[in-house]
Amino acid sequence: MQVTITVNGTETRAEVEPRLLLVHYLRNVLGLRGTHWGCDTSNCGACTVWLDGVPVKSCTTLAAQADGHAVRTVEDLDSGGELDPLQQAFMEEHGLQCGFCTPGMLMTLRALLDRDPDPDEATIREAISGNLCRCTGYENIVRAARHAAAHPTTAPEEISA
Amino acid sequence: MTATEVPVPTSPAGNPIGFGRMLRKEDARFLRGQGHYIDDVQLPGMLHAAILRSSYAHARITGIDTSAAEAHPKVKAVITGATLEGLNLAWMPTLSGDVQSVLATDKVRFQGQEVAFVIAEDEYSARDALELIEVDYEPLPAVVDARKALEPDAPVIRDDLEGRTDNRIYDWEAGDKAACDEVFAGAEVVVAEDMLYPRVHPAPMETCGSVAHMDKVTGKLTVWTTTQAPHAHRTLYAIVAGLPEHKIQIISPDIGGGFGNKVGIYPGYVCAVVGSIVTGAPVKWIEDRSENLMSTSFARDYHMHGEIASTREGKILGLRVDVLADHGAFNGVAQPTKYPAGFFHIFTGSYDYPAAHCHVRAVYTNKAPGGVAYACSFRITEAVYLVERMVNCLADELGMDPAELRMKNLLRPEQFPYTTPTGWEYDSGNYPAALEEAMRIAGYEELRREQAERRADPAGKPLMGIGISFFTEGVGAGPRKHMDILGLGMADGCELRVHPTGKAQLRLSVQTQGQGHETTFAQIVSHELGIPPEDIEVIHGDTDNTPFGLGTYGSRSTPVSGAAAAVAAQRVREKARIIAATALECSPDDLEWELGRWQVKGDPEQGKTIPEIAFASHGNLELPEGVEGHLDASVVYNPPNLTYPFGAYICVVDVDPETGEVKVRRFIAVDDCGPRINPMIVEGQIHGGLADGIGMALMEAIAFDPEGNNLGGSFMDYLLPTSLECPSYELGMTVTPSPHHPIGAKGVGESATVGSPPAVVNAVLDALEIRQADMPFTPAVVWRAMQGRPLRTDLAIE
Repeated sequence: MQVTITVNGTETRAEVEPRLLLVHYLRNVLGLRGTHWGCDTSNCGACTVWLDGVPVKSCTTLAAQADGHAVRTVEDLDSGGELDPLQQAFMEEHGLQCGFCTPGMLMTLRALLDRDPDPDEATIREAISGNLCRCTGYENIVRAARHAAAHPTTAPEEISA
Repeated sequence: MTATEVPVPTSPAGNPIGFGRMLRKEDARFLRGQGHYIDDVQLPGMLHAAILRSSYAHARITGIDTSAAEAHPKVKAVITGATLEGLNLAWMPTLSGDVQSVLATDKVRFQGQEVAFVIAEDEYSARDALELIEVDYEPLPAVVDARKALEPDAPVIRDDLEGRTDNRIYDWEAGDKAACDEVFAGAEVVVAEDMLYPRVHPAPMETCGSVAHMDKVTGKLTVWTTTQAPHAHRTLYAIVAGLPEHKIQIISPDIGGGFGNKVGIYPGYVCAVVGSIVTGAPVKWIEDRSENLMSTSFARDYHMHGEIASTREGKILGLRVDVLADHGAFNGVAQPTKYPAGFFHIFTGSYDYPAAHCHVRAVYTNKAPGGVAYACSFRITEAVYLVERMVNCLADELGMDPAELRMKNLLRPEQFPYTTPTGWEYDSGNYPAALEEAMRIAGYEELRREQAERRADPAGKPLMGIGISFFTEGVGAGPRKHMDILGLGMADGCELRVHPTGKAQLRLSVQTQGQGHETTFAQIVSHELGIPPEDIEVIHGDTDNTPFGLGTYGSRSTPVSGAAAAVAAQRVREKARIIAATALECSPDDLEWELGRWQVKGDPEQGKTIPEIAFASHGNLELPEGVEGHLDASVVYNPPNLTYPFGAYICVVDVDPETGEVKVRRFIAVDDCGPRINPMIVEGQIHGGLADGIGMALMEAIAFDPEGNNLGGSFMDYLLPTSLECPSYELGMTVTPSPHHPIGAKGVGESATVGSPPAVVNAVLDALEIRQADMPFTPAVVWRAMQGRPLRTDLAIE
């Protein structure tokens, strides 16, 4: 079947199998490999992307379900290389280690901050309860979300890697 | 000297020149979704593979028909055990001297075992074709309960091994049994308990996978693979497949978490190599989550019987333990050859007593192979759990506060270096200071008062519990004379090159899985040479471009490879001194080191910076005889001893007596890992380990039903802690440098995973006022423990 999906503001079109998962459409058809696949069962959230502005688990969403809709992925968060304030906050607060869950965490928390610019710790923990992380114990992810709320505009990147 | 005593200058980019908080170099790519993980590897013409797995725990294979799968239009090849037998690859050696089936030939021995490997044009077609393979199984009774594995009528799992008539793997002991028994016979108080450390799984967020490419023209095999130990993998491929080692390149790309799950070689990796040889194309194999949980390295599964002896006043006299270790169907643990039970015999813990003995029996069962994984420090996790639970049981027996009992028995600072009853030489420590600090942060007395008030008030729900643990780890394996894996000494190499303009590259044999090596190792070199960390590039994870070494696990990167990096940088600094002296026309003895610069004693105007020396070393300066040009060093570091980080943890829980739900209210962790290279990263490592510990204590366990069906085969069944179960952690620190490590650092990657489970368990049992029940403390387990009918948490039976 043919799908037409607006991804990160650009219309994409492809002939796909009806069973193709959205995560595989993004990764394998479009080559957007920032979205990770982690569990098959919607539990881990590494595959979280936005569908019409709402975070969804792309491992249990069919590409066909996104036909005619807009998807946003982690690749769209920074603009011209400049990090989104949330990305910057993750760096400042050491909110990531292996980096595998990070794209999903970012998409979940960006959506939270867009609707609630100043969430408290409990709200943040509730928001990311569908995103698993094995490295950070969540502490610094929560701090990063608070940091982003306190610094809603991007500061210059602090290291030259 | 500690990291905090000396003010550290900052670089032009604002980073510390040396130790201190520095934002991570690796974050720039991860935050943009530009990490390069195994499933991101794309090669022209690449094929995709999937594995057919056994649905039975134990069954004889009487036939495999792959014809329908082979007829699938998109399938390129189907590989079975019979194919591999023709190549002498149906079995592969494990890291513990056993053999493991790559694809089953005679029998399947656990649910999820690899039976056939399908290679197709795309992943969906490969998985479709799995369903077209017909396997005829003749089911056999399964050995599911480890406690019954040695019964005379137990089915023999490993009848592939010649002369094998039972399921015993080994019997091993440590300590002086006779002396220990004598102490116990004369002791005023002896407390005995049975306890299980259930089977758990590291479950990194990224599953395992491999992309193999055999270039038939050049004969070169390149394998991109999820490995924590790329060099060890290269050597093992050479041994297993008989391939020439100089024609094998192992590339470990960004790793989405390891925790020990990515140490060994799995059948899928070997099949991908064979698949590339058979098809002539690159072959990618990525396991799904169920495959990861059901077939790759699990951890723990230790059934322990502990006995602790003391005086009536609470002076501990001895500890003895009998362990039944469930290793699954193949002995696939990854640990030093000399120690079949890993470092379990460090079980005497952090206390001062003379008598100790352990006996470990390991058995085969019809479960997935593995055993040493999940940040376990070669079984120190189980050892610390045992001793910290037994000390609590003793406190309960004596009616003594568990903090007071610990304080009374902790090793004293003046006893270091301390040789334990089972032969470990602890390098340094100040244990009472760490426990005092944890109690201070916790407000221990106040917590006990609150608890007493709560208990005095019958309406005082929920129940409140306070749990303590104190751990000593031994990490940084290990000294060549004591430790090897399959004959490979556990040393690590390091190469440092300072380029003509003073920018450097550091090549490591270890492989980060999120620990931040690209940042901290640059800081180690920066600390020694005074050049900014942003001017030092860390290269790792590619065997063609890094020196040999055994990799990252057992918290060994900083203790071993970190030492190698420091020594390499120190050698470069000494060479720089000679070159600076030549350039300044003086004797090297006339120079003194000022961070980043060799200068003339008494005339600091005269001096040369590392970049100036680097350029001179590559230039036309006439060097003294015997001094080669360029500014580089190559080191192989063989650690003289392990390093021994330690810590004191306190957990406070609230338990709802009506639902059995446990809420971790507070977790206080005081860690001593020596000087902290990057405190931000150290704290992150501790946070992650605390979440692991809370997960294991409260929800993680892989149980089996009587037929051997794995009941933890997805994230819907195998529960990981989320942001809601984890509290905001309260960290503290003490700093006791290791006397034998070049920068005093001890390693911290696994400390919290090792130390935290007994603190949580002690807290839950304290809340329930019950001496012993087994984790994980799910509401059902807590509820049953409260009824006095504790559940076995390893089996789905009554």
